[in-house]
Amino acid sequence: MGSYVPSSMEQRDEMLKALGLSSVLELYKDVPEEMLVKGGLDLPEGMSEMGTMRAMSAMAAKNIVFGTVLRGAGSYDHYIPSIVKTVPAKEEFLTAYTPYQAEMSQGVLQSIFEYQTMICQLTGMDVSNASVYDGASAAAEAAAMCRGRKRTVTLISAAAHPDVINTVRTYCMGSGTEMRIVPARDGKTDPEALKEMLTDDVAGFYLQQPNFYGQIEDAEELGAMAHEAGAMFIMGVNPISLGIMKTPAECGADIAVGEGQPLGMPMAYGGPYLGFMATTEKNMRKLPGRIVGETVDSRGERCYVLSLQAREQHIRREKASSNICSNEALCALTASVYMAAMGPDGIADAAAQCLSKAHYLAKQLCTVKGVELVYTGDFFHEFVTTMPEKDKVLKALEDAGILGGLPIEEGVLWCATEKVSKAEMDRAVSIVKEVLA
Amino acid sequence: MKLIFEKSAPGRRSQLLDRCDVEQFELPEKFKRAEKAPLPQLSEIDVDRHYSELNTRVHGVNTSFYPLGSCTMKYNPRVNEEIAALPGFTGIHPLAPEYSVQGCKEVIATAKKYLCEISGMDDMTFQPAAGAHGEFTGVMLIKQYHQSRGDQKRCKIIVPDSAHGTNPATAAMCGFEVVNIASAPDGCVDIEALKAALGDDTAGLMLTNPNTVGLFDENILEITRLVHEAGGLCYYDGANLNAVMGVVRPGDMGFDCTHMNLHKTFSTPHGGGGPGAGAVGCKAFLAPFLPKSALMDEEGHIQVRSFEGNFLIVVRALAYLLTLGKEGIPEASTNAVLNANYLMHQIKGTFEPAFDRICMHEFVLDLGAFKKETGVSALDVAKTLIDYGMHPPTMYFPLIVHEALMLEPTETESKDTLDWAAEVFRKVYELAHQDPEYMHEAPHHAQIGRPDEVLAARKPVVRFRPAE
Repeated sequence: MGSYVPSSMEQRDEMLKALGLSSVLELYKDVPEEMLVKGGLDLPEGMSEMGTMRAMSAMAAKNIVFGTVLRGAGSYDHYIPSIVKTVPAKEEFLTAYTPYQAEMSQGVLQSIFEYQTMICQLTGMDVSNASVYDGASAAAEAAAMCRGRKRTVTLISAAAHPDVINTVRTYCMGSGTEMRIVPARDGKTDPEALKEMLTDDVAGFYLQQPNFYGQIEDAEELGAMAHEAGAMFIMGVNPISLGIMKTPAECGADIAVGEGQPLGMPMAYGGPYLGFMATTEKNMRKLPGRIVGETVDSRGERCYVLSLQAREQHIRREKASSNICSNEALCALTASVYMAAMGPDGIADAAAQCLSKAHYLAKQLCTVKGVELVYTGDFFHEFVTTMPEKDKVLKALEDAGILGGLPIEEGVLWCATEKVSKAEMDRAVSIVKEVLA
Repeated sequence: MKLIFEKSAPGRRSQLLDRCDVEQFELPEKFKRAEKAPLPQLSEIDVDRHYSELNTRVHGVNTSFYPLGSCTMKYNPRVNEEIAALPGFTGIHPLAPEYSVQGCKEVIATAKKYLCEISGMDDMTFQPAAGAHGEFTGVMLIKQYHQSRGDQKRCKIIVPDSAHGTNPATAAMCGFEVVNIASAPDGCVDIEALKAALGDDTAGLMLTNPNTVGLFDENILEITRLVHEAGGLCYYDGANLNAVMGVVRPGDMGFDCTHMNLHKTFSTPHGGGGPGAGAVGCKAFLAPFLPKSALMDEEGHIQVRSFEGNFLIVVRALAYLLTLGKEGIPEASTNAVLNANYLMHQIKGTFEPAFDRICMHEFVLDLGAFKKETGVSALDVAKTLIDYGMHPPTMYFPLIVHEALMLEPTETESKDTLDWAAEVFRKVYELAHQDPEYMHEAPHHAQIGRPDEVLAARKPVVRFRPAE
């Protein structure tokens, strides 16, 4: 029923006539007859706009939107300022392609150049690319950047996000290289194990900060160990935490990557998200993906172009550093607007509130009998507690409109962001208390 | 225009968050960053005006004609944006309990049903975030398949030289040796070259059909049969699926797996270069090798990114599929092909097509002879089109045609727009004969003149740094 073909039937006939044809099927004369779809696709008839809106709204209504979210584990419920939603919805930003034609894409190019700069400001690194698909694929691309002829092994901390580990493993399997997991002890990467595993075939070591359990790793120390063994040091960081936490640059990282979703993107059942990737000046030409650079135009005015394309697949084909040929431009724009709207103080405030609220929640939860911290190290905005009858507890929270922490083997992985109020946390804790009473 | 950093003023800010209502916790000193992130300091109106100004310097599909070959710049329906912004989709945590995400599951299952039917595949994943990402996933399916059979010697992937650059790059990323085979002059597979390349070390073939010059390879069944007989598998690069939806299916052409670009064929917006989605479909025998999330689903599978991929893109694509339905889907493809042929026909006589025969959804102009005659290059023509308010076609691709301009009008342009575009091409053709110098300098009325790309590569400035 619905159609986005604007030409009238008469116009379509006129076009066919101009081509000397009587039916559109004559355009497919190169397709062997026996392959043609006979009797049409086995699908329902189309719908009007109203019908589609009704059908899709009905699906959305089958989901439960929890008013309070105390779950993170790679997807975080932060406050998204209004302007962060409206700017990327502007129709030209929304409907443009990759900015191949710089003369009519300065808006996109400049916004990416600004994004690259803000990612550098946040991470302390020298250069950033225009973004990749998400934090997990960014980690995998970073691991690939480190490899050399004699150094082919990637080490990854067992305390990294399971999806990141599995994605890095898959990319390594693709390239025929090896990934080894550095075990964790007490919820943090085991430095002694790392030291032993840093053999001379290790290309890079990936550390997540804060790690999957929310624990703050001794990043500088672990990074120094990697460097001592001649390996590169990759840090996967939470961008909000960098509002107050030591930057990857300060920790000595060669490459900083991360999941950019907390910078203004909704949880959206897992995507679209944003993989950010930054490195040192020295490694700039190894960075995969799009990079926007400044130059001048024929009139001598400052302008922006897609740059350093000699690294990329459309020039290098099978010798390219990666097959990636797009970025998550609209998500990068979202992150830029978020960082610009929040500013240095705003993002520091968001980070400080995450920290304080998570510690408040942990403290309150631990007043309940049978609930205690599983790992006792410093943490940012996530932490693991023991939890008797965790299924029952989580269900009771859900019935009250609260998505509790993520049930994991060790207990429950909780998260608090700036978005949850003290009242909401108190309510959650009282429900936990009630169930366990 | 000024960079956002040049508009920053100390002390400017917006109050977006509540005051912290719990006791402040101090981060241990050793974990603190030395200084606050030196982000720009702006009030909300500064931010708003900045991005409004930037947005005026962007050309979108909604601005005007965008015949960028190989990119399928079709109209992005507004209603799909409204649907993707429903809180019932945006507010869902990917690790929320299953009973609470039944709507998301239904979106994925329904989109899978439609796309399997269109592609002739049996199963599908939505984890890949883009076409190239889908290629990586698809070739990893092929790799796992051979490995699962203990067939270790299959180390080569065959790629025609007319292929998109992502194809060989993908095969290399998956650890395969790339065997480039020369195409026949029409960009179709040279059967003899294929036969010569096939052997017991062949893992598979990557192919686009219609191919990158916009022609349907009529030998497709023989091609896929030959690869299968050699023990290899066939990967369908779905870049050009918009030509054949509901007319012919990759699965029926003999392909074992494919990716589909939801951001092209299924009308989700390109967003200036993403986010897209590269759904990967496969025949049943490859389904056990599809990627899964280690945290959301289970361990033991490949995985190409976190969670279920770009879910909100799948939402938009499904809205599009529901709207078009059984009749609208083939209608889109047949009109994409009709529009391409009509535009090619209207331009012919000035700029000449590289292949003067019926094309699929896109066609390539060969400006080789034209350049010899006038000195005006494909690049000059492209830049001149900007002055007419048209986004230029894809330039210098495919590589097998020199001075190539590749046009893909899509089905969402009317005859009136195509007539206007043909008129512009004729004017540009005449201009080249009258004033080639003027065209070497084009564009004359754009946001900027031609950028110095050599300077950008030689002295890379890839971020702003405040003056010392």
